[in-house]
Amino acid sequence: MSITTDRPAVSHGDAPLPVSLKHARLPRWTPPVLALVAAGAGCGIGLGAGLDSTVQWGLIAALLFVFGTFALAAAVEGGRQAKDRLATCLVWIAFLIAVVPLASLLWETVARGTKVLNGYFLSHSMGTTPDALPGGGINHAIIGTLEQVGLATLIAAPIGLLTAIYLVEYGRGRLARAVTFFVDVMTGIPSIVAGLFILSVWILILGFGPSGFAGSMALAILMMPVVVRSTEEMLKLVPNELREASLALGVPKWRTILKVVLPTSIGGITTGVMLAIARIAGETAPVLLLVWGAKTINNNPFEDAQQSLPLYVFQQWQQGSEASYDRAWAAALVLIAFVMILNLVARGIARWKAPRGGRS
Amino acid sequence: MTSATSTSATPPAPVNDGRSAVSGKAVRPGDRIFLGLSRGSGVALLVIMAAIAVFLTYRSVLAISGDKANFFTTLDWNATGTDPKFGIAVLAFGTVVSSVVAMAIAVPVAVGIALFISHYAPRKLSSPLGYVIDLLAAVPSIIYGLWGALFLVPHLSGLYGWLDDYLGWTGIFSYGGGAARSLFTVGILLAIMVLPIVTSVSREVFLQVPRMHEEAALALGATRWEVIRMSVLPFGRSGVISASMLGLGRALGETMAVATVLSPSFLINSSLLDPGGGTFAQNIASKFSEADTFGQDALIASGLVLFVITLLVNGAARLIIARRKEYSGAAA
Repeated sequence: MSITTDRPAVSHGDAPLPVSLKHARLPRWTPPVLALVAAGAGCGIGLGAGLDSTVQWGLIAALLFVFGTFALAAAVEGGRQAKDRLATCLVWIAFLIAVVPLASLLWETVARGTKVLNGYFLSHSMGTTPDALPGGGINHAIIGTLEQVGLATLIAAPIGLLTAIYLVEYGRGRLARAVTFFVDVMTGIPSIVAGLFILSVWILILGFGPSGFAGSMALAILMMPVVVRSTEEMLKLVPNELREASLALGVPKWRTILKVVLPTSIGGITTGVMLAIARIAGETAPVLLLVWGAKTINNNPFEDAQQSLPLYVFQQWQQGSEASYDRAWAAALVLIAFVMILNLVARGIARWKAPRGGRS
Repeated sequence: MTSATSTSATPPAPVNDGRSAVSGKAVRPGDRIFLGLSRGSGVALLVIMAAIAVFLTYRSVLAISGDKANFFTTLDWNATGTDPKFGIAVLAFGTVVSSVVAMAIAVPVAVGIALFISHYAPRKLSSPLGYVIDLLAAVPSIIYGLWGALFLVPHLSGLYGWLDDYLGWTGIFSYGGGAARSLFTVGILLAIMVLPIVTSVSREVFLQVPRMHEEAALALGATRWEVIRMSVLPFGRSGVISASMLGLGRALGETMAVATVLSPSFLINSSLLDPGGGTFAQNIASKFSEADTFGQDALIASGLVLFVITLLVNGAARLIIARRKEYSGAAA
């Protein structure tokens, strides 16, 4: 690019004025027409060369379109515009490339999941249903997931909340810095490592058996940093005037936090906790190591193996029969619906109860 | 007393301002309890982190001292019986290769999508798109795994045959046919999985680019691409790097998606397209059910290696973010 910014003023003597201030542009219909041509040519080449995968046809068409646009623009509009158009193409292609698998993922889950999903599937456990035959359900998995996630939330939410309060309202000095740093580090712990930790302490050293509670502890480890982070962000949004007003009236600090700061940010905190729940509800690895999975309903999360939805999906996939694949997809659909609903509700709350300063 | 609040929505001031008011002499018992509770929670978090490191190390030492072969170079995993020989060479190779493939695919595409949302998409589309991307980041990994194993794998063999025809001579892309349950497939699936998280962090950084920078470039006659290249990308570079590192941390530790898609075997394959290999997390998940106590210790040892690697990657990402915060704070 040749931008001459450092000259004080552009005098007429510097360069001859261009005859026209507009330079040649490709007409607006060029990209769609070119796209059509490229798609046609891609299909033609694909058919002609006998390529069996339509993915390859698409790739050829995309390449043709990109290079066609670049060449045309370079010829008509000049190099800079050609580069600009090339970049636009690439950005659009990146977007489309990403949309295809993600849309396919959702579509496949819904399409294949609805096959066996009905009231019976939701209200019955696997029981004695043979793996290769149709039938059975996910009731035991739903119960397990709800109990494990609930217990994990009971452990993680108070600790996370109080830690965030400490960091925002009290935290100074080295302890606060260390906590901040390790919360960040904790966010990155792979779920399987959290599972291995509980395995080594709870099962290998303390000698307990697999149970829903063991899984909950691992899930709580994964959940804590998420709760701390989001709560911290929310508490920081509470206007300081609110705290000062309360303190100036002689209200103790702890009551200020409980009665002013928390009510003001309760919407955002709820959102954060729900997003964290959504995140751990889909974790499979720790559950695989610590809860083991079961075929029947076990209402007691503190004793014996339990089932959970993500683990159920995995185990049904492992069975490898058509019937079990169908069940896996249906359970996946239930799981995805659960997570998505949590997400949507959480974000709805965030929007509805955004800190507005004066709420109490 | 709580109603004595102002309705003015002031921008968040530094929280320190309000604190001096209470740090007076007479500490009320309620305050002391509350401070103790909240500080205790913070300390509990630190204790948990320390406990993770300590207990994993303890069990790993038990395992590694019982290992009859070199833990780092052995190409086998036989942690049962009287003569246990196991090593992480294959796992380290597989983990690194699949993550590198994932990042090579995901980062350019994610930057593209982030630019699309922040600069190219029509205004009305961009905020719903960002919303959808955030939702996709919440899809559980087991569902990606199920989709990868039952949908992606069958659709990739055509592409792999084509790669083999034209790039097979490199050795890396030779493909012997059969189900495409290879490290490369794992890489593709991991790329799809980390795409939302890398995209959403990058998008946030791109949206923070000072409007003035962009308008100045536009006023000088820059095209949209030149604006992006000269003002958006330089501003967002460290943000993109740290987003990629966060994505890399996810890809390294991903378990279920790898366990469902990969057909594991303990050998280092020169071809990425042929089935075989393994990753740390996948190996733990698939070997766990048949492992005895010592075998579980061995798996814990491999988990410790994974833990250390992800700690390093995440720590590096956080450092970059922290440095950038200072930088942009000074600039803004």
